[in-house]
Amino acid sequence: MLTALATLGLVGLGGVVTSHEAGMAVPDWPTSYGYNMFALPMRFWKGGIFYEHTHRLWATLVGLLVVLLTRWLGGFESRRPLALIGGAEVLAGIAVFLFRPELKATGHFLTGIGGVVLMAALIWTRKGSSQPGLCKMGWLAFFLVQLQGLLGGLRVVLFKDHIGILHGTLAQIFFVLLCLIAVRTGWWWEQTGLRMPLVDPVNLRRWAFLVTALIFCQLLLGASMRHQHAGLAIRDFPLAYGKIWPATDSESLARYNSQRVETTVSNPITAFEIRLQMAHRAGALLVLIAVAGFLRSARGQGVFKGVLVLSGLVLLQATLGAATVWTNKAADVATGHVLVGALSLVTGAVLCMILPCGSLRSPQSTVVPVESGPAH
Amino acid sequence: MKLKSSLVCAAGILTLTQVLSAADITGTVTLKGTPPAEKTIDPLKADPTCGKFHTENPTTHFYTVGAGGELADAIVMLKGVTGKSTGAAAQPQVIDQKGCLYSPQIVAVQTGQKILVKNSDPVLHNVHTTPTAAGNSEQNQAQMPASPDLSISFSAPENFLKFKCDVHPWMFAWVTVVDSPYFAVTGKDGKFTIKDVPPGKYTVTALHRKASPAGLDKQIEVTSSGASADFTIELK
Repeated sequence: MLTALATLGLVGLGGVVTSHEAGMAVPDWPTSYGYNMFALPMRFWKGGIFYEHTHRLWATLVGLLVVLLTRWLGGFESRRPLALIGGAEVLAGIAVFLFRPELKATGHFLTGIGGVVLMAALIWTRKGSSQPGLCKMGWLAFFLVQLQGLLGGLRVVLFKDHIGILHGTLAQIFFVLLCLIAVRTGWWWEQTGLRMPLVDPVNLRRWAFLVTALIFCQLLLGASMRHQHAGLAIRDFPLAYGKIWPATDSESLARYNSQRVETTVSNPITAFEIRLQMAHRAGALLVLIAVAGFLRSARGQGVFKGVLVLSGLVLLQATLGAATVWTNKAADVATGHVLVGALSLVTGAVLCMILPCGSLRSPQSTVVPVESGPAH
Repeated sequence: MKLKSSLVCAAGILTLTQVLSAADITGTVTLKGTPPAEKTIDPLKADPTCGKFHTENPTTHFYTVGAGGELADAIVMLKGVTGKSTGAAAQPQVIDQKGCLYSPQIVAVQTGQKILVKNSDPVLHNVHTTPTAAGNSEQNQAQMPASPDLSISFSAPENFLKFKCDVHPWMFAWVTVVDSPYFAVTGKDGKFTIKDVPPGKYTVTALHRKASPAGLDKQIEVTSSGASADFTIELK
């Protein structure tokens, strides 16, 4: 739960960084302005550097928590693989220093993370490993957090926005995974008193998967929009440039761009970006319709409260999306939109995880362990 | 051998003749239509350090237009003239960071010409160039207060190549890289002079980052007495 909460904070900080266009405010990685990132003097912590550097430090904390989580879930049996992986990462880092000095940033990252993993392997525990499923989820989180750190760093040193989109999307998947681990290791998962009847779990499961998949697609579109660095491609809502579907011919684009007066984003908008935002708007409508259908199907059933929470989050998310346009993408509103998006995805994913358990036992009428709210 | 010497001599005379008969292209760029109102740069005003450098509200400067529509910060250049850059020998172009703003914000240079980026502020900036043309590489360099100027150059032509500071996300400069010395940036009176253009027929184009990013073209003929080209960019 602690790791999941820390990751929620990290997702929020990532949103703050992109909302302030501060992703490149620290030009080097994993060092910060040439300093070891933990020793960056306070005089540097200003403007965009404050957001980006805090994001990096917070990410390190999450990385540490995930390594410890992996050790805890894996029990004493995880000692050897962790020691092997940590040792291999340290050696790989040293090899990078020796043979590819131009990639020394990656070398720093590998030796640093390898050292942490080795230290985690040194922790003595008599605890056996958790259930195989949980153990695998822990290992998946372990690899994802390292991949995520590497992607974040490569975004900075390779100047690739595409890596930023991948980094933003993977962050959501990673957050979902940690929340699922939190639910599986929480007291409510074990508690049998919350078992409630389901009339048609197969139908409910379909709805849960549909809604979650749609939310994920929306987050993917959102991450793509954030990394265009063009601000709002369409500045009005519910209409778009005064129409239901805006014109995207070159003359119209020239007119839109000539009338834009932006202070902190600068790229001219393109037809692609307008279509991207229109797809995001259409996607939002689909999510709202789907979640209404899900709520209707869940009425009177055990997961109703969970679906109600999901509906509330989706409604709030749609409102924040509109507010993002109305406030000209104010940083706090846009960051809130990222956070509520992440919480909506997690709630959908938790419902997906809960529902199959029941349906596998009895497709007609079954009981499943249900938590009364989202897992965060 | 004799033939080779004669050819070199003829080429030299031709070049000399062209240089001697080279003339200027002059003109004015005006804007027709009402540009959008400029905005106060609120994040700059609110910044605890940079805000102190400004006694008045700092605003954007997308359209600097005179009473008669004279448009400043338009780039006027010869279109299709390439491979004529004297960039390596040209005087470096200076861009300063002052009051947490770039100055000037619209610049034109030749390919290979040095751009010296100064930091006159007592705060750190990062100079992040984001070219899109193949051959120009993206760079992101920190520049401490009172540190030496950064020297940057680009090898491929590109219009409105963005310089930005990610520490202060309202800071932008736009550099147009031209593969010849035949260009000019209009002043506040909207006027420009492209110097020492060899006689001939040319297409001249006027670009403005907001009003005419693709350029407005005009055909002209430069004679020994020069040529003039006035542009009216219409806002739609």
